[in-house]
Amino acid sequence: MSSLLEVSGVSVSFDGFKAINNLTFQIAESEMRAVIGPNGAGKTTFMDIITGKTRPDSGQVIWGEKSQSLLSLTESQIAQAGIGRKFQRPTVFEDQSVADNLMLALKKARGPLAVLRFRPSRADRTKVADLAEQIGLAAALHRKSGELSHGQKQWLEIGMLLAQEPRLLLVDEPAAGMTPAEREHTTELLVEAAKSRAVVVVEHDMDFVRRLGCKVTVLHEGSVLAEGSLDHVTGDEKVIEVYLGR
Amino acid sequence: MTDVLTAHPRRRPFVARYPSAVVFLAILALFTLGVTILAEGFGIGVISTSFVKTLGKTLCLCLVALAMDLVWGYCGILSLGHMAFFGIGGYAIGMWLMYARTEIIVRESLAAAPLPPTPQEISDGIAGQIFGVVGASEFPPIWALAHSLPLQLLAVVLVPGLIALVFGWLAFRSRVTGVYLSILTQAMTLALSLYLFQNDSGLRGNNGLSGLQNLPGLSQVPQSTISIIFLWASALALGLGYLLCAWVVSGQFGSVIRAIRDDEARVRFLGYSVEAYKLFIFTFTAVIAGIAGALYYPQAGIINPAEIAPIASIYLAVWVAIGGRGKLYGAVIGAAFVSLLSTWFTGGQAPDINLGFYTIQWVDWWTILLGLSFVAVTLFAPRGIGGLIDLITERRHPDRHGADLGPDPGALQEKEADR
Repeated sequence: MSSLLEVSGVSVSFDGFKAINNLTFQIAESEMRAVIGPNGAGKTTFMDIITGKTRPDSGQVIWGEKSQSLLSLTESQIAQAGIGRKFQRPTVFEDQSVADNLMLALKKARGPLAVLRFRPSRADRTKVADLAEQIGLAAALHRKSGELSHGQKQWLEIGMLLAQEPRLLLVDEPAAGMTPAEREHTTELLVEAAKSRAVVVVEHDMDFVRRLGCKVTVLHEGSVLAEGSLDHVTGDEKVIEVYLGR
Repeated sequence: MTDVLTAHPRRRPFVARYPSAVVFLAILALFTLGVTILAEGFGIGVISTSFVKTLGKTLCLCLVALAMDLVWGYCGILSLGHMAFFGIGGYAIGMWLMYARTEIIVRESLAAAPLPPTPQEISDGIAGQIFGVVGASEFPPIWALAHSLPLQLLAVVLVPGLIALVFGWLAFRSRVTGVYLSILTQAMTLALSLYLFQNDSGLRGNNGLSGLQNLPGLSQVPQSTISIIFLWASALALGLGYLLCAWVVSGQFGSVIRAIRDDEARVRFLGYSVEAYKLFIFTFTAVIAGIAGALYYPQAGIINPAEIAPIASIYLAVWVAIGGRGKLYGAVIGAAFVSLLSTWFTGGQAPDINLGFYTIQWVDWWTILLGLSFVAVTLFAPRGIGGLIDLITERRHPDRHGADLGPDPGALQEKEADR
């Protein structure tokens, strides 16, 4: 199996605390994966390492067909290479309209001079409208994104990720703070997205993970505890001990 | 199904996207014409030449305030060093003005000599005239290009641009942000002004450059005419500067820099190199500041290192804050309003207030009044005077700015929603 992203033997510690300990992880093209684990298991640090926010003390992160190492790239270069990230808190640019937010994320040249000359074409505008339709914000296209509800901001952020056309999507707790109906929509969005790209979802909520119906990786104390289907990992004794024991 | 055309109408022309530019240019043109008609130089002489110069200088201050608004109001970089670039622009043009005018005087005085003067004698004569005051008689290396107007004009643009480029590259690359960056810029402008205060800095120490109002070769032209020429030049520069800034902030680029102001980490994860954008804006605005300074100091007549003191750049930030940052017209209104008011108060024209036991003399108390207004604007009207225009034109912004419902919006709200 050819993998899109390969994390091997990565460790990172903050002031002596090992947040990630010899972690190894692989994901293939067009695969959906849920990452679960108790608080402090290193889920967010794991994403920070992939996206370049945190530099690991040791280990390797290899990306794509050309087996490029991501460790020497900046956050923006990693994003340009095709890794999109959604944060736990919805972070959209509240001062700007939904359309502006999506336009900002569209896959285009990112250099200052290119952006200075950039004027959206008809195709770009159609694309933004289609994305807004997909995330259920077509009617809110010209509203300031600061006016949106919490759930709508989450969708807008997912929409911005899709606009980036990444090959790998990292999503941190997408369903947090959503009503059951909103969650359903979010599940649909993610499942749809995973048809054409790899998606990693970090989530607490087991019901939500069950609905995603994908392979699950359980993190504990910075390394992989178990991996497999949800039923497989929830039946695993070590996992039960970590979640319920203590 | 949303109609794509109504959701996203065809790209509107620049004027429609930036209506304030048209209004602004119209007001600026009317103002310039009005002053010309009322001035001594061409018109009926209601406005004195010195006041025309004050107005011309104010236009230059508006231009540097535009630069400040771009870097702070739009991109979120609170630079407290942009008046250094303004001063450098002034020094660059001042060097040529002093050199060329002194050259004419020296040539005239040597013309009476029995033998025609050699180039060396002329050069020594000019150097003696200019640097005698600091006890030197030779040209320092940085005056090598001072004889040439085109080269010094190039320096007006290139020197502030290069300094900003190097300083910005070092600061932004190390991800220095917020108040630390502000302190660094203050350190930069302080270092520059302290350096220039030295007699051997090559720019006449604390004497600075003087006599800049006398344009070489135009000694026959009265100052009343020259003041109008500079008023027009300043208005032209401000008009073009406004259009250029409006163009920069109206498109996708403006969207990116405002996003950097609001959440630069998020912009990085969208794939934009935040450092490159900051460096671009910092350098671009430094160049605008340099040009503004080059137009300002020939009207002021004198430039000395005190003009580059840290306080000058703080005033600049105060103007923009009072005028309303994040809007180009806000910056212009703030600079014009506060600097003219400052001229009025500190010029001794404002009537002192006699309280019986104490007399408020505005020359001393103006700074305190300005400080209090700054605090008041920051606390009660963060959108400044420009915000009043929004109230009139009904361009209100939503009050809801995504307030979090708890310290961790995720889990808390989820429970609420399930209930």
